Amino acid sequence: MVLPYYVSPEQIMQDKAEYAKKGIAKGRSSIAMEYSSGILLVADNPSALNKISEIYDNIAFAGAGRYSEFENLRKAGIRHADLKGYLYSREDVTARSLANAYSQSLGTSFSQDVKPLEVEILVVGLGEQDHPNEIYRITFDGSIYDEKGFTVIGGRSEALIIFLKEHYKGASGVTEVLKLSIEALGGVTNQAINANGLEVAALDRTRQGRKFKRFIPEEISELIKKSGES
Amino acid sequence: MCAFPLEDQTSSFSEYLSSHYPHLLQVQKSGIPPLQFLKAEPTLSESFERPPLIPRGTTVLALRHGDGAIIAGDRMATEGFQVSARRIEKVYKADEYSAIAIAGAAGPCIELARLFQTELEHYEKLEGAKLSTDGKANKLGQMVKANLAMAVQGLIVIPIFVSYDLKRQEGRIFKYDITGGRYEETEYYATGSGGKDARNTMKKSYKRDMTEDEAVALALEALYDASEEDVATAGPDLIRGIYPTIKMVTRQGIQDVDEQRIKQVYNIIIERRRVA
Repeated sequence: MVLPYYVSPEQIMQDKAEYAKKGIAKGRSSIAMEYSSGILLVADNPSALNKISEIYDNIAFAGAGRYSEFENLRKAGIRHADLKGYLYSREDVTARSLANAYSQSLGTSFSQDVKPLEVEILVVGLGEQDHPNEIYRITFDGSIYDEKGFTVIGGRSEALIIFLKEHYKGASGVTEVLKLSIEALGGVTNQAINANGLEVAALDRTRQGRKFKRFIPEEISELIKKSGES
Repeated sequence: MCAFPLEDQTSSFSEYLSSHYPHLLQVQKSGIPPLQFLKAEPTLSESFERPPLIPRGTTVLALRHGDGAIIAGDRMATEGFQVSARRIEKVYKADEYSAIAIAGAAGPCIELARLFQTELEHYEKLEGAKLSTDGKANKLGQMVKANLAMAVQGLIVIPIFVSYDLKRQEGRIFKYDITGGRYEETEYYATGSGGKDARNTMKKSYKRDMTEDEAVALALEALYDASEEDVATAGPDLIRGIYPTIKMVTRQGIQDVDEQRIKQVYNIIIERRRVA
């Protein structure tokens, strides 16, 4: 008879966390940053597969790490939001409730599944009528962080956060914020970032109804050109 | 327990509801017992004895013009021979380029419009692409078909769907029957209790490639005629200031026709028809 070997719970959790962190650090980073009329989401993502997505009228999502896993989470989030909006009303769909649901799911998966999810996700909610914006970062183990101003997920996020802490000067225009994000991404990866290698979207308060806007490559180039002039 | 299921593959919101929350959809697989008092068209004596308890929306129509299509409806809902609402809305935005108008039992109609809106947005967000015009029209057909059990009980829901097809660069109109049958109309269509009267008016004056102004005027005239011939359809209510609603879909997207503009058109029609 083979004896079952004993591994302490601490050891299991530590191994899982290390495994997940390694997977997430391998990928590229995404940044969320407040600007004067909303929140800008910038992902270092040359592929056609999106990392940033609309969830609801005032809510957007960004994922980092293993694509198949955060894509599943993104879809689950849209279902959660649409169901809630259909059951109650559009204004009852909130970023906080969604972030909580994500936290629950990720937390449960981390403690129960053999393989933890190698993802880090962002849920951002656009504040309206004097309500502040909400930026939630949720990590692989379900920990949830309420961030102010900006945050970074995936890749070398810690280095990026240090850079942005130094250079982020509060919510300015969209071109300045995009420029800063590109500088940060380029500086940390030591690569020139051009419009084709970026995925950019925003929750823009000036829009009617659904606030999410995805920028097409031509618009990104235009914004980059403008930021160079200013 | 997961806070939400992660293993779903469908991009359809109504599919998602029927597999996870079937009680939220009006039609349940078990069916409902016959409700005699919900008959679609009770005889006169029945109506007095047992008036139908469900508000019903009446006339809606759509027509194509050179730049797209318009869709319109009057504002009245009736319960038998009683007015149950004067300001009900029968024309709904479905997404940026399409709208539906619904005639039939008001409750299920409004429910269907809301579900259809959610359906289109849900698909767009999950897939990262809009459904094609034919895709939207077919999906709506399936949703009407899902209501068949209720329809044979008398809770009929009949939509008209208009959409601006960005690929073909033209407005398109689809009509439906209670089995979910989907038929494309190339000129105009009207349904509901005053639908036939509205169709007659449009038949006489419809021209291909009308301007948008002409289309709006014809739609309002058709609704006016329907209100004269059909007691369940409301004409312009000048005292309360209630007018039919119209939405138009063009290359620029969906837009409401301004109430002032509708009022002006009605003033002209009324002046023309006034007996001196």
